[in-house]
Amino acid sequence: MLPATAPTLSPPGETFDVAVIGAGVVGCAVVRRLALAGAKVVLIEKGSDILSGASKANSAILHTGFDAPPGSLELDLIKAGRAEYLAIAGSLGLSLVKTGALVCAWNDIEAEKLEAIAAQGRANGIAALELLSGHAARATMPGLSERLVAALEVADEHIIDPWTAPLAYLTQGAKLGARLLRHAELTEGRYDGTWHLSTTAGELRARAVVNTAGLYGDIVDARLGFTPEFEIRPRKGQFVVLDKAAAAHVPRIVLPVPTEITKGVVVCPTAFGNVLVGPTAEEQDDRVRATVEKATLEALLARGAEIVPALAGLPVTAVYAGLRPASESKAYRVFCRPESRAVTLGGIRSTGLSAALGLAQHALRLIEGFGLGLAPVETSPPVCLPNLTETLPRDWQQPDHGEIVCHCELVTKREIEAALASEVPPGDFGGLRRRTRAGMGRCQGFYCNARLAEITRGHLAEPLAVEGAAS
Amino acid sequence: MSEADVLIVGGGPAGVAAALELRRQGVARVVLLEREPHLGGATRHCSHSPFGMREFGRVYLGAAYGRRLETEIARAGVALRTGHSVVRIEPGGQLHVTSPRGVETLAAQRVLIATGTRETPRSARLVSGDRPVGVVTTGALQAYVAFHGLMPFRRPLIVGSELVSLSAVLTCRSHGARPVAMIEPGPHPLAPAPLMAFPRLLGVPFHAGADLVDIRGTTRVEEATVRLADGTVRAFACDGVLFTGRFTPESTLLRQSTIGVDAGSSGPAIDPFGRTADPHVFAAGNLLRAVETGGWSFREGRAVGRAMAEDLAEERARGSAPGDLIPVTFDPPIKLVVPGLIRRGAHATPAFADFQLRFLRRARGRLVLLIDGRETWSARGTWMPERRILVPIPRDAHTADAVHVRFEEAA
Repeated sequence: MLPATAPTLSPPGETFDVAVIGAGVVGCAVVRRLALAGAKVVLIEKGSDILSGASKANSAILHTGFDAPPGSLELDLIKAGRAEYLAIAGSLGLSLVKTGALVCAWNDIEAEKLEAIAAQGRANGIAALELLSGHAARATMPGLSERLVAALEVADEHIIDPWTAPLAYLTQGAKLGARLLRHAELTEGRYDGTWHLSTTAGELRARAVVNTAGLYGDIVDARLGFTPEFEIRPRKGQFVVLDKAAAAHVPRIVLPVPTEITKGVVVCPTAFGNVLVGPTAEEQDDRVRATVEKATLEALLARGAEIVPALAGLPVTAVYAGLRPASESKAYRVFCRPESRAVTLGGIRSTGLSAALGLAQHALRLIEGFGLGLAPVETSPPVCLPNLTETLPRDWQQPDHGEIVCHCELVTKREIEAALASEVPPGDFGGLRRRTRAGMGRCQGFYCNARLAEITRGHLAEPLAVEGAAS
Repeated sequence: MSEADVLIVGGGPAGVAAALELRRQGVARVVLLEREPHLGGATRHCSHSPFGMREFGRVYLGAAYGRRLETEIARAGVALRTGHSVVRIEPGGQLHVTSPRGVETLAAQRVLIATGTRETPRSARLVSGDRPVGVVTTGALQAYVAFHGLMPFRRPLIVGSELVSLSAVLTCRSHGARPVAMIEPGPHPLAPAPLMAFPRLLGVPFHAGADLVDIRGTTRVEEATVRLADGTVRAFACDGVLFTGRFTPESTLLRQSTIGVDAGSSGPAIDPFGRTADPHVFAAGNLLRAVETGGWSFREGRAVGRAMAEDLAEERARGSAPGDLIPVTFDPPIKLVVPGLIRRGAHATPAFADFQLRFLRRARGRLVLLIDGRETWSARGTWMPERRILVPIPRDAHTADAVHVRFEEAA
């Protein structure tokens, strides 16, 4: 059933220390960091599940920051976030696949830019950078087109599971008492020494607020009564996911020489054993719709096959599109308003997955100045989420795993049931897919969709089966 | 050490028929691996198509056919292992299998892959729009109805006009769903024209030359936009989109193995004995080419089973190595030719008496079989996409240096 929505969420006299607004990757990381710092946290989310906005669609790369703007807050937070990710990956069971990346120059003009990119990377404190001839680069990845002129190798780039990581952050927060409210869109906030927040799921009170609303960051700032200091300009990215047979040809992340607008079309392996081609960068006004377009997807496939010729003709497993919460500026839009105990983490354009833990550290530093009198918890609770990546053992490899429901991605029934009964259960089918990979494979539900409809009955906001039995 | 003489992957009509035939030919240890709890494959949820007439002399519907297969398998002494998923094929036919016992490696003297076919989902068709709930294939729809008594929508738009698309219309209408329309992007329906009266009789308008250009819906499908043949764009209010047909072999295991798949059929290339480029590994049924009926797949499985038994006996008798392979080449717009390989000098009885051809599009002209450059067969006609065309394999094809199927399109 849907989560119960009480008209008043804070019992009389109860006030949360911090309300975090928006359950994307940044919001989930902030909740964890604040809960570890001893705060009583509530996370409010307007969607039916976490990661419903920008965070559901990205290229799943844990960046080093080699190409981030030198001296920027973004660079600092990518490096801090990445360092923390590497430090906690073991204890939180987070995936980490060190593929390295090749910034590929396909003509002499691009090749000339590689030295400057390397210099910027070294200035950013990234040591493992090496300029390679096209031949030498292809020796590390023979699938690359012979047209390759030169490449910059960034050895420390990783790929990760982009959905389990934020879920692990939030799960740890939840184990420390943090609450998640779904279907709770902020409609108004008022500060009189305490924040009084109205949401579509009821009223609540908090001593401080953190705006991690992503695509709605500017709107949430306005609803909190602030004059927004930035404007979200959604930038759509479309992706194509290729069949697992493609993975043998793409062991590394293949980056283009970036332009002013975007990092460009990436070809990279995923932690789940597929290959990703994308994203595009398309400005749009709509903050909700992230449509895929056939012509664009065909162009991505063609581009992928130019870069790695063996990808030509391989089957498409999935297509998706996401919106980046870009703003009028390339920089992160971070604002702290101590007089009203509010922090805004806005304009996290395209490095949110890498920087989330760093942003959370930064938010805590700012909130520590609010005098909330927080006392850090003594031990961080263990979190053990199922591994979904192909680099670590999966449930189907264990004896007694029982029924396999999704044959393409080898998802067991008990994995699905565990997700439905977990600390942060999926609120919709997308959330179930992100937690288990069920239905994410090449058949896209031909074999398992009906079984999933049966197993998830009563659990999802939009059920797979319509009301009433088949007559 | 081999645990079995023959391992069969897939308990649909082809795999079961091969298992029964191998036992009938005296092969002792035949093991059938099936990932589902029951046999039958795609026939299990096809509640409209009659199965079994040719092989068992009576008609079964849906899961009843699978139960008959289970009875036959038990009677024949085939070791049936359900709940077994093959996750990798190694050279020589070693199989990595996961089952309730965990992961194990199974080996046999010969392996038959018969993993069947499935429909092409929305993603692989690159359809534009949102990605809401309510977008499924016919196989999924029929599983909703047959196994769980559920429905994924009430007012779907149906995409496709193959036989399976008509089956989808029937499933909808008999389970309380009213399709808003049925569309086919090509200029003509793919099912035989007389059958296309059915959707209209059931109150479902049919549009040929109609392209699905957009799907809208925030959580569930709300609207599907179609560009009709005359260029006008029409939005259909609906709560689902049903993608029917465009079957594709379930061949990823082979794509990831050293055997690979044929560019035309997307299944493994085989010789007239059903053998792949790996002489230990055979293939049969709809994995070879989409799509044929259950009865066709059963006969094909039986024939390949017989060829495998003969191959095993031959190896015991003479220890002969299989001959070298040449590819069967063909002209566009021929989509595929199965068998796509000729194994020269093999002297067992072929499992395939005919080349099976399919066209990519409707085409009129002369089809010619050339053996070492000589015309040995030809026919004129109008060839339709998704229809089976049979070209007899002449005896001298088995010793040829070149086999080519030529198409001379009429002006």
